[in-house]
Amino acid sequence: MLLAAKPARRRAAGGLAVGAGLSIVLVLTVVLAVGIGSVHVSGADVVDVVLRRFGLDVDDVTVIDDRIVWQLRMPRVVGAAATGAGLALAGAVLQSLTRNDLADPYLLGISGGATVGAVSVIVLGVGVAGLGGTAALGAGAFGGALAALVLVLGLATGRSGDLPPARTVLAGVAIGQICAAYTSFVVIMSGDHDAARRVLAWTMGSLAGLRWHSATVLVVVALVALVAILACAADLDAFAFGDASASSLGVSIRKVRWLLMVGTALLTACLVAYTGAIGFVGLVVPHVVRLVCGPLHRRLLPLSALTGAILMIWADTAARSIVEGQEIPIGVVTAVLGAPVFAYLLRRESRSR
Amino acid sequence: MTTTSITVRDVTWGVRGRTILDGVSFDCPTGTVTGLLGPNGSGKTSLLHLMAGLRRPTGGTVHVAGQDVHRMPARSRARRISLLEQHASTGLPLTARQVVELGRIPHRGRWPARRDEGAKEIAGAMRLSEVSHLADRSWQTLSGGERQRVQLARALAQRPEVLMLDEPTNHLDLSHQLDLLAAVRDLDLTVVAALHDLDLAAAFCDHLVVLREGHVVADGAPADVLTPRLVDEVYGVEATVGPHAHSGRLHVVWHDRRVR
Repeated sequence: MLLAAKPARRRAAGGLAVGAGLSIVLVLTVVLAVGIGSVHVSGADVVDVVLRRFGLDVDDVTVIDDRIVWQLRMPRVVGAAATGAGLALAGAVLQSLTRNDLADPYLLGISGGATVGAVSVIVLGVGVAGLGGTAALGAGAFGGALAALVLVLGLATGRSGDLPPARTVLAGVAIGQICAAYTSFVVIMSGDHDAARRVLAWTMGSLAGLRWHSATVLVVVALVALVAILACAADLDAFAFGDASASSLGVSIRKVRWLLMVGTALLTACLVAYTGAIGFVGLVVPHVVRLVCGPLHRRLLPLSALTGAILMIWADTAARSIVEGQEIPIGVVTAVLGAPVFAYLLRRESRSR
Repeated sequence: MTTTSITVRDVTWGVRGRTILDGVSFDCPTGTVTGLLGPNGSGKTSLLHLMAGLRRPTGGTVHVAGQDVHRMPARSRARRISLLEQHASTGLPLTARQVVELGRIPHRGRWPARRDEGAKEIAGAMRLSEVSHLADRSWQTLSGGERQRVQLARALAQRPEVLMLDEPTNHLDLSHQLDLLAAVRDLDLTVVAALHDLDLAAAFCDHLVVLREGHVVADGAPADVLTPRLVDEVYGVEATVGPHAHSGRLHVVWHDRRVR
């Protein structure tokens, strides 16, 4: 533990301070990230545009600045924040519920199922109730994710209606493999190179398609998830010593596990439908936060959401601006940004023990 | 006047067709220490988990203060009954104090009003199990005996009426074994403890229940229960039982052909 030597009270105050610090960093990140792009907009101009949009009387906001900041970049940045926060929350919850360090938001077959849905739309041209283009892709991914979730839950549920974590993880692996096999088969057999490229790009995730309506959906989904999951913070703490211990602390383990597993799976399915399966954030952010602020959920959950939001904004900013005129898949960037930080924290922890 | 705190009636339980407990019945009077004895695999842990409401028996009932344990809402059950498990382990870097704080979960609302809620109960529980000095140590750095005492503090922080202990003297040295059992005996609680050491059971329990292969084979005061015949029947070990020459306490001395 990095801060194990600190007295408990100072650590509690430390949690609040870290939260306040991260909130400031998040606001600064939004302002800076919105300014970055092929046309640079200064931080002051970004603030002016936002203030004018909130009804304040601000002069000298140009139409072009307004269009770039408010119409093009802001929804993408806000959507990135919501996506990062949601993935980090889902990862934190699933790691605690399954007591498995490798658990990530896609544990219950979500990414595999979503890819099957997306591939069906891209390659086979399966139509979704008259939706066109991106909307059909999102609907396909969401439907595929839900179908995979139902299969995983069906495989994992015991006769008594329990959802044992170990079996749930394995069922997720099994369904994930079947989905991967289907995806490869369909892509290879179609012989369509452009489709293959689009499928690959989709599996690495992208926030390029986000507009205000989709960003708003993502923000609402992430906020609802944050409040609902925070309400279960004590229940999640009670799982620290396993099921019997949680039960003896008055947690209805079967009910809590079902609610949170299905809830986080639905959260992830919503995010995946808009952004594709973006790896690494949900896996690594909770670990980083746990290393710095300890494992209690009342602190871990909000701090993970903030950190996930910040990381995702910078990852997306890098994805759209590092190579001029081309988008790098955001999954590549999250891994490149996240892995070294994680490795550094792990080394620091191993030295402090 | 003694009142009955726990009533176990015809409790039967099994997994996958194998019967673990078969028609178990006994009473625990309020404020007393009941020792559960029996060889490995006799069903002590299963019985404690059933009595603590973690599992539902296939037949029979458990009542605490007149209420059916398996019909209580989980949270109110956890405010009345706490359990010290035999093996508690976690991979999380919790401090000892944070582990003890887990015991306040059944008393807290979803949105705790104050950060220091239950601070008095937590400090008291830690003092009683002598772990106050370990408060800021990480669970991962504690010894087996320290972990056991931290878990006891967690169980006490629940402020239960009934304390269930599954081999509480595991990992403890002799002095801490005596400290722990004396401490729980002096509490104003009804205690049920699964124990292996017959001398400790005789010294600290008011009442013993002996299990063998899921059946109760003896139930009563230590002096009546602990006989050479019972030790032979249940454990297959030859023994003499009698008051110790110095202390006068009931003492079990075994003789066995395996020792030369």
